[in-house]
Amino acid sequence: MPGIKHRMGGPVLSVLLAGAGLLALGTQTAQACEPCKGKYEVNGKKSGYLYSMPETQAMQDDDFMNPGTFWVEKGEKLWGVVEGEAGKSCKSCHGEPEKMRGVYPVYPKYDEKTKKLINIEQRINRCRTEQMKAKPWKWESEELLAMTALIGYVSRGLPVNVKVDGPAKPFFEKGKAFYFQRRGQLDMACKHCHIDYAGHYIRADLLSEGRAGGSFPTYRLKWQKLGSLHRRFKGCNKQVRAKPYKPGSDEYVNLELFVKWRSNGLPVEVPAVRR
Amino acid sequence: MQRKRIRKAGFVSVIAMAFAFTAGAQAADVKKVHEKGLKPYEIVDGISIPKPLTDKPGDPKRGAKIVVKRKKGNCLACHKIDQLSDFPFHGNIGPELTDVASHMKDGEMRLRLVNPKVVNEDTIMPAFYRTEGLHRVMKKFQGKPVLTEQEIEDVIAFLKTLKASQ
Ligand code: HEC
Ligand code: HEC
Repeated sequence: MPGIKHRMGGPVLSVLLAGAGLLALGTQTAQACEPCKGKYEVNGKKSGYLYSMPETQAMQDDDFMNPGTFWVEKGEKLWGVVEGEAGKSCKSCHGEPEKMRGVYPVYPKYDEKTKKLINIEQRINRCRTEQMKAKPWKWESEELLAMTALIGYVSRGLPVNVKVDGPAKPFFEKGKAFYFQRRGQLDMACKHCHIDYAGHYIRADLLSEGRAGGSFPTYRLKWQKLGSLHRRFKGCNKQVRAKPYKPGSDEYVNLELFVKWRSNGLPVEVPAVRR
Repeated sequence: MQRKRIRKAGFVSVIAMAFAFTAGAQAADVKKVHEKGLKPYEIVDGISIPKPLTDKPGDPKRGAKIVVKRKKGNCLACHKIDQLSDFPFHGNIGPELTDVASHMKDGEMRLRLVNPKVVNEDTIMPAFYRTEGLHRVMKKFQGKPVLTEQEIEDVIAFLKTLKASQ
């Protein structure tokens, strides 16, 4: 990696070989994210993958080693499970999960019905409540993470491609304003760390460009599990001693659109692995 | 790193703008600042807070601890300081401070710590002695500065010891 030097040994991993061998998604072979290879830098934008330690990259690269695979498989199982009064599963309406290829890269997008943005998690839950007449999954629940991971997984290698013009524009502008707003007792904005000082070390952490539009939900070694982008936002807010917002809040969905727009062109690499 | 002029709006409670005349010299621009819950202080010419915030002299040993501790100054998050090489992981966001005492006066260090935005409006460096003009501060930190006035003086006492290769 030109320009990015790592200076630490990787954290020791005690990760179960997540469901190795179970993956059997249609045409996808249970191996590396082949469709992402060589695409982690596009037009000068770098994915967080390139700021990761080689050991962490290696974990992401191999589906058998990648602990996030466990959630993809769980999503695959949930796909066919009938729930709710309508007596339907995702599969009843959508067929195989591969039919969802192309969905992940374009969310969040403007939603006519609510006249605001809708992201993948919210879209999944809308299908549950409206089509299936089932209960929505809680934010950060195993089920919602698993299904979001599956929807991301089937789009691997496709470029992130959110639209920020037309009716999405005002929401994009709000997300952008959030990114540049100083906050917290430490009075920093997202842009200070991820635009001004990407590639620098903040204590032991190498700051990435925060272009995570193709990588969440991500398996974080620190979390020892998969987590949503909004969970990451909360963490970044709290580390500057700012009051976070709720995952799924309008503020975070708008911010998600801005972060994802900064990633336009980078490949979907779900489930990513990060420190 | 660009250096911008003082951001006026940043000071919520500038009490007065005084022009003190010294014999024959130019006017010094003195700006009094008093934020909620903090001791008042004076910024001179937009570059310095010459007077200490407390009467008690700073303690460099305590200062060094504050510089290292993650929940206190955590200066090492951004600055390399060779004299503290026993402690791991010095960031490289800000300039190295190993020789900072050779080129900065106390008063300049004090302003940097109290409110570096006066010197560079766009800086990433936190203001360590501020309670106003902040956005969405977590409840448990509201109305409190990151460091107390005595802690600021302790850190300055430590910074004053930082001279390369002696
Ligand atoms: C004090 C520094 C700091 C601030 C301010 C900050 N972050 Fe981060 N952020 C980090 C660090 C450190 C990491 C972990 C290393 C990395 O991926 O950059 C991180 C990671 C991320 C990631 C994951 C990147 C990936 O590829 O997995 C995203 C997304 C992110 N931050 C977004 C934000 C947003 C949005 C804000 C503002 C609400 C913000 N950050 C504010 C330090 C910061
Ligand atoms: C999040 C990053 C960050 C933290 C934390 C931080 N600084 Fe800084 N500091 C900077 C940057 C960047 C500069 C460079 C000038 C600017 O941005 O205005 C700087 C400049 C300075 C300077 C001026 C140095 C010179 O040679 O001009 C001093 C002194 C200083 N910092 C001391 C401290 C001390 C002491 C602490 C902790 C109590 C601290 N800083 C915490 C980022 C930081």
